[in-house]
Amino acid sequence: MVLSDADNALIKAIQGGLPLVPRPWAEVARQVGLEEDQVIERVRALQEAGIIKRFGIVVRHHELGYHANAMVVWDVPDDRVEQVGEALGRQRCVTLCYRRPRRLPHWPYNLFCMIHGKSRERVLDYIDQITEELGLQEIPKEVLFSGRRFKQRGARYR
Amino acid sequence: MTGPMDDIDRRIINHLQGGFPICERPFREAADELGLEEEALIRRIGRLLEEGYLSRFGPMYHAERLGGGLSLCAMAVPEEKFDQVAERVNAFPEVAHNYARDHKLNMWFVLATETPERIDQVLEEIEAATGYKVYNMPKREEFYVGLRFEL
Repeated sequence: MVLSDADNALIKAIQGGLPLVPRPWAEVARQVGLEEDQVIERVRALQEAGIIKRFGIVVRHHELGYHANAMVVWDVPDDRVEQVGEALGRQRCVTLCYRRPRRLPHWPYNLFCMIHGKSRERVLDYIDQITEELGLQEIPKEVLFSGRRFKQRGARYR
Repeated sequence: MTGPMDDIDRRIINHLQGGFPICERPFREAADELGLEEEALIRRIGRLLEEGYLSRFGPMYHAERLGGGLSLCAMAVPEEKFDQVAERVNAFPEVAHNYARDHKLNMWFVLATETPERIDQVLEEIEAATGYKVYNMPKREEFYVGLRFEL
C-alpha cells in the first residue's frame, strides 16, 4: 500500500490517541482537512493493509498490578525454532514471542518471549509450567527480569 | 494513581484489548457490547488514561510497514556507570523504551526510526556517545500471540 500525504497526516494525527468524544473521526477529520467518512475509510484501509496492527487500548502492566515482567530467552536449535515459537505464542501468559539473531559468543539465544505476572514467583511458576508442558527441559534458557523502567513511550512516526 | 478500578473498568479493559470498532459512533457501538452508555464509556476511558492504568487509546502501528525501522538493542554497562549511560541513551529520540534487566547485558532498549537505514546510524551514534558496544537484535520472525491481559 502506497501512503498518500493525507494518510501520513492521519497517521500522525492519531498516533497519540483518539479524541474521547462521541464522534472522534469527525474531530480527526477537522484536524487533517478531510471529511469524517473519508477518514473512516482511510483508517479501515490502513487496518486492512496491516499498517495499523490493532486499534484500542494499551495497558500499563505495572499499574495494573503486573509488577513482574520477564524476558525469557531460549537457545533453540534452528530446525526447531519455528515449532517452539508457535507453541510458546499459544501460551496464555506469553505476551510477545519473536525470533531474533544470536550474537555469539556473548549471546547464544535466538527465541525471545515476554511473560508478565503479578509477582516474580508467579512468573517463575509460569515458566516452569511452560517448560514442562512443551517439553523444553533440554533447551538452554535464561530469565531476565526487568528492574527499573527508564523510559516508556510509544514509538513516534513521522 | 488515585481511584481504584472497579469491575466495570476491568470489563472495559478486557473488552477493548481485543479491538475497537472503526465507525461513526465507535464508543456507542463498544458501549452497547459492554452494556454501558456511550457517555459512561468515554468518561471511564478518560479516567483510566488520566490515572495511568492505560498508556494510550489509539492505533498500534506496524513500524516496518510504515516504512520505519525497529529493533531491540542491548548493552553491557558497568553498574557504577549505569545511570549516566542510561541518560545518554534515553536522550536519543529514537529510543522508545529502555529497561534495566538483571544480566551481563543489563540495558535493553527499543529503537524506532523513520527509515530502516537509520537504525545502524543511531546505533553508531549511541556507541560513540557512551563508549559501549550496542548489540543489535532485530526481529527475524514474529509468532502470533493473543496479546491480552485478563484482569
